[in-house]
Amino acid sequence: MNLLSPSIVPRTQISSYVNFLVPLIAIILTLLTGSLIFSLLGFNPIHSLYTFFISPISSLYGFSELLVKATPLALIAIGLSYCFKNNIYNIGAEGQLIMGAIFGGGVAIYFYNVEGFWLLPLMLLAGVIGGSLWALIPALLKTKFNTNEILTSLMLVYVATFILDYLVVGPWKDPSGFSYPKSRPFNESARMPELFDGLRVHFGLIITLFLVFISWFIFSKTIFGFQLKVSGLSIKAARFAGFNQNKLIISAFIICGGFAGLAGLGEVSGPIGLLYRDISPNYGFTAIIVAFLGRLHPVGIIFSSLIIALTYLGAEDAQVFLQIPSAVGFIFQGLVLFYLLGAELLVNYKIQFGKIS
Amino acid sequence: MIRIITFITTFLFLIFGSANADQKKVGFIYIGPPGDHGWTYMHDVGRKYMESQLGDSISTTYIENVPENADAVRAIRKLADSGHDLIFTTSFNYMDQTHEVAKDFPQIKFEHATGYIQADNVATYSARFYEGRMIEGHIAGHMTKTNTIGYIASYPIPEVVRGINAFYLAASKVNPDIKMKIIWVFTWYDPGKEADAANTLINQGADIIVQHTDTYAPCQAAQKAGVLAFGQASNQEEFCPDSHLTAIEDIWGPYYAARAKAVVDGTWSSGDTWDGMDKGMVVMSPYNTKLMPASLIQEAVNMEVAIKDGTLHPFTGPIYNQAGEIVVPEGEVAPDGMLLGMNFYVQGIDGEVPQ
Repeated sequence: MNLLSPSIVPRTQISSYVNFLVPLIAIILTLLTGSLIFSLLGFNPIHSLYTFFISPISSLYGFSELLVKATPLALIAIGLSYCFKNNIYNIGAEGQLIMGAIFGGGVAIYFYNVEGFWLLPLMLLAGVIGGSLWALIPALLKTKFNTNEILTSLMLVYVATFILDYLVVGPWKDPSGFSYPKSRPFNESARMPELFDGLRVHFGLIITLFLVFISWFIFSKTIFGFQLKVSGLSIKAARFAGFNQNKLIISAFIICGGFAGLAGLGEVSGPIGLLYRDISPNYGFTAIIVAFLGRLHPVGIIFSSLIIALTYLGAEDAQVFLQIPSAVGFIFQGLVLFYLLGAELLVNYKIQFGKIS
Repeated sequence: MIRIITFITTFLFLIFGSANADQKKVGFIYIGPPGDHGWTYMHDVGRKYMESQLGDSISTTYIENVPENADAVRAIRKLADSGHDLIFTTSFNYMDQTHEVAKDFPQIKFEHATGYIQADNVATYSARFYEGRMIEGHIAGHMTKTNTIGYIASYPIPEVVRGINAFYLAASKVNPDIKMKIIWVFTWYDPGKEADAANTLINQGADIIVQHTDTYAPCQAAQKAGVLAFGQASNQEEFCPDSHLTAIEDIWGPYYAARAKAVVDGTWSSGDTWDGMDKGMVVMSPYNTKLMPASLIQEAVNMEVAIKDGTLHPFTGPIYNQAGEIVVPEGEVAPDGMLLGMNFYVQGIDGEVPQ
């Protein structure tokens, strides 16, 4: 073997700073590459980065918008981490989000002329049930027939989209909406209360923070969390310890689906206020980046959801103040994920030149 | 002390002074990218025309790819918050979002394209695209060999249904055997979906593709399959030279310039504008001489002249609905009110408007 050929070998010892260091390095590299791109486009990199990352949140309204955008991302990502920790790749959170919006929104449409304090809690419950049921399908397929959950969960996203399409074009269409495919607007008591007057940040934020805290508790303090982690690390060890793998898979999917469904309900009863086809700008997919950027840790996910949310807002400011195309936002999301995965590799493995000893 | 004040004012001047204090800022919300070479492209052409007409008295910005959901509120508010005086929201489904933001910024003027709800600071504007549809229908009636027209429709709103009816009335007049196949794609901007729909229609025997969506993808699909097509919103001949018969061009520039001038002069007032060929808001692209016989081109040009001087109206009675009831009596033309709320097919079109 050529002594000079590089090879990738696993590291035997992994430093404990890694959890903080990896995302940090990825973000720094993203910023550096970003400034390089801005310079090549002929913009002052410092000013551009300021416009992209600071100016969107320099007002109270802007900061509230950041939270509005980060809320569903964090909620879905924390749900996904139940699955990902257990090495279950649920890619279909988007579909579970849509199902949550359909179930919860359906309640609001059914009671469109009935107001009451009980309406929103009922919708929340329906949203959770909708998302969970949708997630249960790939879970059962996996446990009963050993199908690949990546494919089944992904394909169910499109099924959910078409069901929503059918509903807003057909039976749930607003009778006074000029046959435009959207539902009736929800009534006041079916809307998430706003936390502050004039800002769109809503009660969903409180729910999200609460669930993030609960998840932290489950992950670090309960046997269930321990089981998830162990079976994610080594199925054999988990079996040896007598953990019921199927039960873990189903619970992880149900929790994840429930969280995604709640996020969907939060969107339609929060900022949107009705059902139509484009309720989610792919929150369910973007949350996958958020979950990994946060290294599946509740605190990490809070920070990463804010960062990814910022790339959306920044893209708008970059257009208004710098006349840079909107694609720049996606470039930043792509860069973060790219560097994150790259850094991850270098944390767990090292590049060794020469023969493997 | 004076030095400090001088310093601060100089500093402030450097930050804010580069913009002319009287300069009005005009912002646009686009549903797609200007590179769609269709709907958004033509709004961007209008924006540039406005800039060229008004020079330094205005500056313009736009936000592209704004989804028609809760994000639109933030994008519109971003323009409002950053000192824009006039904001154009250029898609039908920005209606609720435009009004939501406009409510909070009474001093800012909003213009919502193709909408039907006005407010003190929200005007609406649209073009009588159906006049162009009539000419397209006439051409298609003559040009089709399979007697089957494929129509890619976006949303079942009156604007789109009106186009379908105007097209069919003119086409069936010259060719009573003509059949329309309509696919509702429920999107304005989705090149993939638009091309899929075109291919499906072609497979079903359509030899002319008509579209009411934003991109040139259907026209390209037609070119690939060797059938004919009409471009949409802008002259798309360069993307499908062997298929492109003509296109309805949306000419927004003069309207945009007039509205921005009104803001500069302080004379802007809300209202609803619905202009057609006579005002130059709807223009037919050059007719394709390689594909169309000279006599047909002459007929189309004559129709343009007649539409402009008011002697030809696409919705001239007798017009019947699918149930066979007369909706526009002989010798009359459909009133604007009926056109604005049109949600039924005329007699002869198969299927139903999605309800």
